[in-house]
Amino acid sequence: MGATTRNLTIAFFVLLVFGAVSPMLFTDAKFPQWLEVILGGVMSGVLYSLVALGLVLIFKASGVFNFAQGAMVLFAALTLVRLMEKMPFVVALVVTIVVMVALAWLVERLVLRPLVNQEGIVLFMATLGIAYFLDGLGQTLWGSDIYTLHVGMPKEPKILLEGTFEGGILVNMEDAIAAVLAGVMVAVLALFFQKTGTGRALRAVADDHQAAQSIGIPLNRIWVIVWSVSGLVALVAGVIWGSKLGVQFSLQLVALKALPVVILGGFTSIPGAIIGGLIIGLGEKVSEVYLGPLLGGGIENWFAYVLALVFLLFRPEGLFGERHIDRV
Amino acid sequence: MIYRETGQFKTNYASDQQLFPILQDRIFVIAFLVLAFAVVPLVASEYLLRAILVPFLILSLAAIGLNILVGYCGQVSLGTGGFMAIGAYAAYNLAVRIPDLNLLVVFLLAGACATVVGALFGIPSLRIKGFYLAVATLAAQFFIDWMFARIKWFTNDSSSGNVSAPPLDIFGYTFTSPAEKYLLVLVFVCVFALIARNLVRGAIGRSWMATRDMDIAAEVIGIRPLRAKLSAFAVSSFFVGVAGALWAFVYLGSWEPLAFDVNRSFQLLFMVIIGGLGSILGSFLGAAFIVILPLFLNQFPTWLGIPLSTAAISHIEFMVFGALIVFFLIVEPRGLARLWAIGKEKLRLWPFPH
Repeated sequence: MGATTRNLTIAFFVLLVFGAVSPMLFTDAKFPQWLEVILGGVMSGVLYSLVALGLVLIFKASGVFNFAQGAMVLFAALTLVRLMEKMPFVVALVVTIVVMVALAWLVERLVLRPLVNQEGIVLFMATLGIAYFLDGLGQTLWGSDIYTLHVGMPKEPKILLEGTFEGGILVNMEDAIAAVLAGVMVAVLALFFQKTGTGRALRAVADDHQAAQSIGIPLNRIWVIVWSVSGLVALVAGVIWGSKLGVQFSLQLVALKALPVVILGGFTSIPGAIIGGLIIGLGEKVSEVYLGPLLGGGIENWFAYVLALVFLLFRPEGLFGERHIDRV
Repeated sequence: MIYRETGQFKTNYASDQQLFPILQDRIFVIAFLVLAFAVVPLVASEYLLRAILVPFLILSLAAIGLNILVGYCGQVSLGTGGFMAIGAYAAYNLAVRIPDLNLLVVFLLAGACATVVGALFGIPSLRIKGFYLAVATLAAQFFIDWMFARIKWFTNDSSSGNVSAPPLDIFGYTFTSPAEKYLLVLVFVCVFALIARNLVRGAIGRSWMATRDMDIAAEVIGIRPLRAKLSAFAVSSFFVGVAGALWAFVYLGSWEPLAFDVNRSFQLLFMVIIGGLGSILGSFLGAAFIVILPLFLNQFPTWLGIPLSTAAISHIEFMVFGALIVFFLIVEPRGLARLWAIGKEKLRLWPFPH
């Protein structure tokens, strides 16, 4: 990393921190209230990270930029919520997991295998096709109403630190549990990638398809595993988002927010997905609450993208992405 | 044998470099244009003109624009809907605020506005590549959506956010009937298709294709990436902007920002993929396919006698779309235009196998 790039990156973060702190300095915002906004941002950031994780997993292992991750989140959540009407939660969860694994297998068989050795952009467009297909399939099979998902998470917010500040700060317990779940998920994935044989095989495939194949790693099986894992990540994200917002079509749009997260964090980095998610979640909330009223509101929709875009101008490969060296 | 080129000698450079060097192609194109300009407006029903041909032509124009960017220059864009919106709202504001301006000028100026915005959002392409760029163009899409929904000046302070285009009044003549609107759009599309065709086979088009195939190598042989990429963004946005203005003024009449949301961007991208990346003809074929497919899917269950709700049909439409895209990428990554070329080759050799 060149000195200029490093300085620019540091400058970006200084600006970011300044942006986050400035409402407290220049407006009459109260500290507890500001802390609430920050916490809210961090928690929604964790949820973005969760969707982004699925994207990064697939990209690392197969070089496919999976646009269908959002559709997978919606599909998993829809499947779970409709199955729960007929059977207990645990059974429904198991059946949904089986469905997601079957889906991974089908994707590998019907889409990835025939498209092997194609350019990245062709594969990306294929996942766009998968996204449309899953949207249609999910809604044809399970209906397109809004479903409420109850998995036993506490809905009512809790007031914390009452002793420290006057009035305390309001924390949504659901968000807190989601954040813990996401943290556990990330830790498990990191262990899986670093410590197990399959994880090592996945990393080998990510480094070099051909070399991995030549030492006897079955590429097709690896792809099924990766798509299954990201299907499961999609399921967790779907459950958390679904119980927060209700299972509905707009979950997909929430999942679109994972895109700026991965480009900010870098496509190939799991820590990047986490930190990117936090930055995006935080930036979005702070800007919506303090900058939004000045601009007419609703800036949540594009702020994340513009933030990521500006960052990319400084570091085109994202925060932790591998530096790409072009050779003729 | 039907498509025989033997005996068609090119004896000077002009005949070698002409747009359609083969006699049969020329005859076919002229016959097709005569059909489109003279026969179709007389024969076609009002419904066919208004609901199928006009949207098909306008979306073809937008698809040509996108194809210049994605197919010829290799820069994936998911912000096409946003650039169409720029064209539409620029045309609206020009027409409302300067009522004396000729509508043709309004459309071209709307394209120019889209050009400026497109080039602006194209600047990141100099640093970012591939998927990163695709996501970066989404920034353009969402920002533009928000801008037209929230900033009241652009919608002339309309309370609902809905705006209506003024009547299509050009040189004192008002275009009202579907046939007249069809002809207006057809003229636009023919002129722009010709321009696009000539651009892509000229020096600038070659620099785009070199950049697409390998940008570092293109730079080494002396193509300026800045000029190649930004010109592709500018030209593409101009086409898309004009298409957006036509879509709003001729097809929709009155519209809200939702008419140009991210789904429009995806729809146009699908047209380009299914039609064929890097082919002007492909843009037309792809647009025809995407416009006609939903109509077909709407009718198909009724023909079979299976009653389906409209919601179910729209979901099945999604599925068929998705499946077709994957199918096309697997079977023929170069799209319908490639199938057309294969068909032509077969006709050339017929009745012999090779």
